[in-house]
Amino acid sequence: MKRVMQIEQGQMKDQIPVFKSGDTVKVHVKIKEGDKERVQVFQGTVIGRRGSGTGATFTVRKITYGVGVERVFPLHSPNVSKIQRIRQGKVHQSKLYYLRDLTGKSARIEEKLEEKPAEQKASAEKAPKKGKKARKAAREAKPDMKAETKVTASVEETADVTPDASVEEKTDE
Amino acid sequence: MKELIGTKLGMTRIFGPDGEEIPVSVIEAGPCVVVAKRAAEKDGYSAVQVGYGQRRKKLFTKAELGHFEKAGVEPKRYLREIAFDGEVEIGQELNAAIFKRGERIDVSGISRGLGFQGAMRRHHFSGAQKTHGQSDRMRAPGSIGQSSYPSRVFKGMKMAGKMGKDKVTVLNLEVVRVIDEENLILVRGSVPGKNGSLVKIRASSRGNNRTV
Repeated sequence: MKRVMQIEQGQMKDQIPVFKSGDTVKVHVKIKEGDKERVQVFQGTVIGRRGSGTGATFTVRKITYGVGVERVFPLHSPNVSKIQRIRQGKVHQSKLYYLRDLTGKSARIEEKLEEKPAEQKASAEKAPKKGKKARKAAREAKPDMKAETKVTASVEETADVTPDASVEEKTDE
Repeated sequence: MKELIGTKLGMTRIFGPDGEEIPVSVIEAGPCVVVAKRAAEKDGYSAVQVGYGQRRKKLFTKAELGHFEKAGVEPKRYLREIAFDGEVEIGQELNAAIFKRGERIDVSGISRGLGFQGAMRRHHFSGAQKTHGQSDRMRAPGSIGQSSYPSRVFKGMKMAGKMGKDKVTVLNLEVVRVIDEENLILVRGSVPGKNGSLVKIRASSRGNNRTV
């Protein structure tokens, strides 16, 4: 089994952006038309992630012209060139299949906002956090991760005022 | 004719050139060491006896050790005869590299043992109806023969019994990738047996061995 895992490892992407159920994402998909290749963007809500290894997939749902559309993307597929998180959702389940039965206002997902700072913790945790964040920023400085990097950057600026924001970022990893 | 002994390691999926997902079985094929040769003149048929796999030396009998010593090779766990065209020397190693990407192969193995199973599972019988007064015949096989003539059940009648653990050959499988350094062959689709079980791989007797 170990050697099967090794093969899987070679198939998997090293860098998968952080996102989870409830988040709104833009998925950039490569599409081949004849001998031409172009990139199509699919934007919607992540309603579930499943699987591990090469077989991991995630489902994105959106409403187009009043019709619900769901697409399942293999997380590690080379055809999924980029995943951008646009908005974090505040949800209680990992699988949001209940959204299929809901429309309009009730199908909205509350945005997950930065939480209020915990004063005592902040000073103690500041130092080690900086190092981790710097590394994270460096890792994400890939061209296709621009959006993510920007988010991190803005968090860094406000870190002194609301230190817990960065805690939020970390736990998501 | 090319043949190798190997181990089924398990299944996974990989991405093809266009990003499509390919379900693959991972087979460790070889290294098989030639231990003896069978010649048509002497033995009535031609084949190559190969050894594969490892076992603690203590577990071999003296006769086995003598056989390996005669060939001048390390004792191997499995000894099997394979059909192999072309010149081979005793002591030579046959590796996964003899198979190439896109080739078609047949894989034989011993299927998973499923124990004692009823006729519905074992022979795909349809069972009986749930209604019309019957109560406990839902999974029964039904009639197994006639009456006073022949007064017996014919041989080979499909009935409940031990299922699996048969020799199964899957024909015409595509070689998706060969990893020479590790003696691994990735085959599209499934192959018989449990993970870790012994399989025999040969160039396919079906298809035209075209490159895909």
